[in-house]
Order: sequence, then C-alpha cells, then structure tokens
Amino acid sequence: MGSFSLHSSCLAKPTLRWSNDCFQNLNSLKLSALQRRPNFHSRKASKVLAFYGLKSPPYKLDALEPYMSKRLLETHWGEHQRGYVEGLNKELEKNDILYGYTLDELVKVTYNNGSPLPEFNNAAQVWNHDFFWESMQPGGGGMPELGLLQQIEKDFGSFTNFKEKFIEAALSLFGSGWVWLVLKRREKRLEVVKTSNAVNPIVWDDIPLISLDVWEHAYYQDYKNDRGKYVNAFMNHLVSWHVVTARIIRAEAFVNLGEPKIPVA
Amino acid sequence: MAFRALLTRRTLAAASGLGANGGVATSFRGLQTFSLPDLPYDYGALQPAISGEIMQLHHQKHHQAYVTNYNKALEQLHDAMSKGDAPAVVKLQSAIKFNGGGHVNHSIFWKNLAPIQAGGGEPPKGSLGWAIDNDFGSVDALVQKMNAEGAALQGSGWVWLGVDKELKKLVVETTSNQDPLVTKGPSLVPLIGIDVWEHAYYLQYKNVRPDYLKNIWKVINWKYASEVYEKECP
Repeated sequence: MGSFSLHSSCLAKPTLRWSNDCFQNLNSLKLSALQRRPNFHSRKASKVLAFYGLKSPPYKLDALEPYMSKRLLETHWGEHQRGYVEGLNKELEKNDILYGYTLDELVKVTYNNGSPLPEFNNAAQVWNHDFFWESMQPGGGGMPELGLLQQIEKDFGSFTNFKEKFIEAALSLFGSGWVWLVLKRREKRLEVVKTSNAVNPIVWDDIPLISLDVWEHAYYQDYKNDRGKYVNAFMNHLVSWHVVTARIIRAEAFVNLGEPKIPVA
Repeated sequence: MAFRALLTRRTLAAASGLGANGGVATSFRGLQTFSLPDLPYDYGALQPAISGEIMQLHHQKHHQAYVTNYNKALEQLHDAMSKGDAPAVVKLQSAIKFNGGGHVNHSIFWKNLAPIQAGGGEPPKGSLGWAIDNDFGSVDALVQKMNAEGAALQGSGWVWLGVDKELKKLVVETTSNQDPLVTKGPSLVPLIGIDVWEHAYYLQYKNVRPDYLKNIWKVINWKYASEVYEKECP
C-alpha cells in the first residue's frame, strides 16, 4: 500500500523510478537530513531514519472530473495526505522504536488493540488515503462481474441491496470516518463497515475491498454539505470494480470462500 | 434557558404555519418541535474572519439538517415510547444525541459570534476577565490553549470554554462530533464553543485549521460569555 524505505538505501539508488513527488520528497529530505546531521559523512554512527512517502494516485489529478474535481484532489491529496505523511515522518524522528515496519504493520502496531498510540492517526490516514485513491478510477461505477458479483449476491442478497446498504452507511455515519466493503476473515463473508476518524478494518485483521472517505474534506469543495450526492457519484461513477476484483482474488488466498465453481466439461 | 431563546415567534410561525401564537409549536400529538434560530447578524457580517458563504451554508444547511433530523428522531422516539418498544427507544439515542447536540451546540455558537462593530473580538471585562486571569494567566494564554486543543482534535468536534457551576472554575474541554459540553461533566456550562468540524472552515481555510482558530477570536462575542458566566457565578 504505502511505500517504506530506509533513508540510506533511498540515497544509494537515486535512479529508482519512483513517482515524481516521492523523488522530490527524497531530495528535500536529503537536504534537511544533511543539515541536521553533521556526522552524516562519517559512517561511524550512521543513524537510520524511517521514511514514508506520499504515493501518487494511479491517475492524473483531473482524471476523476466531473465527479471529483482536480481542485479537490489537489487539496485532499496534495495537502491533507501530504500533511499526514509529513506529520508521520516527523513523529517517527523522535525515537527509533517504531522503525522497520511496512505501512500495514505500522498501522496495526500503533492501533495497539484499541488504545492507539499518537502515531496511529497519521499512519492510518496515509494508509486509508492510498487505499481510497486506488479504489477509484476514471470511468468507474457500473457493476462487478463474475465471482465478485456472485459473492456480493450471496452475502447481500443482490447488488442493489449491497449498494443501498453502502450508501445508507455513508449517510448515517456521524462525524468523520470511512465506509468500507470488507471481507471478514472469521465469518468468511462480505460486510459493509463504518469506522470513525482514522480507524480501518486491517486492525481487526479483516480485508478491506473498497473504502470511501466521508470526512467532510473529501467532498466539501465539490458538493458542499450534500454528502448524498457525493456518495452516489462515488458508487455510480468512481468506484473501480476492477481493483475490487483484484483485491478479492488476493484475499481468497487467505480466506477460504468455498469451492470455486469450475464448470465441468 | 437556551431553548426559549431558540423558539422565537417568527421562526416558529414560519416553520409551522400556525401563526404567531407566541409559544411552542405543537404537532397534533402535543410534541414540541424545534426550529432553526435566526442569526442576530447578516451572513457576511463576520468577514473576513468567517466568509459569508460558510455562514450561510453552516446555518441554512448544516444547522437546519440537525434541526430537521432532531425533530424526526424525537417523533420516532415518541412513537416508540408510546408503543413500549424498548429496543427502538435505545436505538434512537444516538440519533437524538447527535442531531440534538448539533442543534444545541450551533445555537450557542451563533451567539458566541458577533460582528466587530457589535463588539466581536473585544476582550472580556468584569468577573469573567478576572476569572480568566486567575485560572489561565491571561486571555492570550487561554486563547493559545483553546487553539492548541482545537487544532489537535482528531476528526470532528468542538472546543469549549466552560464553567463548572459547582466548583466555580473555568475549564477548557473538547468534545467529539456533536456531543454537548455537558457530556464531559454534568455541572459544566458552556461559555464559548468553537466548531472545529471541517464544514465550519473548509471553504475558506481548507485544511489549515490553526489559521481558522487564530482568526475566529476576532469575532468572538465575549459579552455573551460574560453574561452566562455572571449568571452561573454571581
């Protein structure tokens, strides 16, 4: 999901093809690291820094128009998510007790079984937003197909029923939070789940398939207070069923959803 | 106290079409319904601290939605209670807390704000001023503390200056979502509440909540806060 790397290895491979933005982050970090660490060249006690990057969405910032404007994406991704990333990196500078984790692991560790550590908010929000951008595509919406559709029909009765439940969850979430389509590991079924603020289902070891940001900043610039219009635009025009299919295929490696229906010749 | 101020004849008459009967609007079930209080100033009167666009949306859309949904939830509660449907009664509590809290909090919020011409931003005098100096050192220190807590609040909520009417002490508290201040202590009375939900500042300040908090003090109505304080701590 998010990107993780050790500072020294970042600098050792300056030609890595990372997203433009990540590279720029590297350069700025390089400069500030040099300024902060006078013994940087001395190899004696080379301190390792943790560094999480701002991952670009898998499409240009204007690709989701008119359902999610470029202006909104510039603020939401460029300022909010960037703020979470920089905040996280700053918090991790304090000591190295949380170094060495992938973003997934960091989220679970800082959730601390319900008593979240101060780094949880930033870590989880970085994870959540990466997942959110990837859950959407230009020309999205429509319906899932084949095995995914069958699983939805099995667990919700019908696709329409699932859609209604998802929209209802988004509209009835009080305050800030996220709405998820989740594959529950223990129950081995799909469910719609609401979480507050930065919480996400991986802390309960479940497998998220879709996420929808219902913090006000996710829609205010385009839809003002009309959360319903935003959620409908998401379901009808933005959600990427291709990505969801890929996610559930991967999830089936971990959760046994029953025998696949292999047609007999 | 707050509710009587909310149910003005004009707004009630407009909302219920019952004419200016000067009292509480009642539906045929004898239920009290609430309505959106008018602002004592124009939407644009708090500029540039808070834009007119935000004030209009905040009042006409957000607060109105809380009022509408609060009334709906209360009606459903009344139904559930008369049917003796205990699970339904319990299930409605979160909607009542959220929408009712939203109505209560925003009604206080509008009174916490005043245009600069009407005294907005003027520091408190009298007993509230002394109490602030006593408990926090200075008004500036109080403002710094409230801004820090407001900026650090994760998600949606409010930051409050309240007075504990039993202990006669001032407190700074935060509540999440639309929880009223009283959820943090039964004897707490709100003096100033600052809405830090994103809808309160987003169109103007985007994600820079600290700037919003810095600027809102220019239109804070300390006179109202002093009145409430003098009533609780005479």
